[in-house]
Amino acid sequence: MSAKRESLVPYIVAWLVLMLLLGMSILSAYLDIGIFHPMVTFGIAATQAAIIFLVFMRLRGRPSLKWVFAAGGFFWLSFLFGLSIIDYATRSGFPAH
Amino acid sequence: MREIVPEPQFATLEQQTETAQLGMWVFIATEVMFFGALIFTYFIYRLTYWEQFRLAGADSRILLGSINAAILLTSSLTMVMAINFAKEGRQQRVIAFLLVTASLGVLFLCVKGYEYVLDYESNAVPSLNFAFKSGYHAPSELYWVWYFVATGFHALHVTIGVGAILAMTRLAWRGRFSPNYYTPLEVLGLYWSFVDTVWLFLFAAIYPLGRAVT
Repeated sequence: MSAKRESLVPYIVAWLVLMLLLGMSILSAYLDIGIFHPMVTFGIAATQAAIIFLVFMRLRGRPSLKWVFAAGGFFWLSFLFGLSIIDYATRSGFPAH
Repeated sequence: MREIVPEPQFATLEQQTETAQLGMWVFIATEVMFFGALIFTYFIYRLTYWEQFRLAGADSRILLGSINAAILLTSSLTMVMAINFAKEGRQQRVIAFLLVTASLGVLFLCVKGYEYVLDYESNAVPSLNFAFKSGYHAPSELYWVWYFVATGFHALHVTIGVGAILAMTRLAWRGRFSPNYYTPLEVLGLYWSFVDTVWLFLFAAIYPLGRAVT
């Protein structure tokens, strides 16, 4: 670690982009895009999350062991999502009425 | 500022810092799975009860949700600024930005609390005073159950975060950080930004529903 000064500009730019994306998310709420609506709002949220992870949580830069740990949760989550989706997609009589 | 030496099990402060950061990333991985499972249940409900969730979601308060998203995004910026000033050894600024971050966290909780009061007044609290409005069927109540479970767990995380930030402020006040060692702040910054990220997904799930002008 060193005491050298790090510019705050990347963080402020990231914050501005995040606020802009928040504005887009609010705006999209009033657009009639039907089934695509969750994809747009969650797509914007995922983009914001990526910016926060890379900039505010300092994952950008050289490859490091942090990447493995950071990806670990999403890796196991993909199993949870994948196997659960298969279950619901192949279940008959769902939803129950 | 006093000289800070690594704990006995570490050879250097850098090694101690890296270990602490990896520990927090492991914790965040468990949190990703916890909130991920919660989001997954939302997707199942939403796709299954599309129209009922659209109707119920229209009664959520998007203005308050948006204000809270802006508050948390700003608090992530102030947190990272506190960490940067710690790296430069500017103690007063570290304390100031930590206090601003904690205040924004408290402000978030106040807005959320106000929103809960409004939800209660509009009879939207399941098993307490839930009232079926025109067009509502059982899955509409499910939307509000999910809403209170998800935002309740998130608010708990924010509360813990605010407490931890105040504890760090006390440590900063006592001069426990230096340009060579500010690991607890970095680790807390990871947690705080993650809590911010979770809110963005909850925002996408809760507020934009049922507002489209057709």
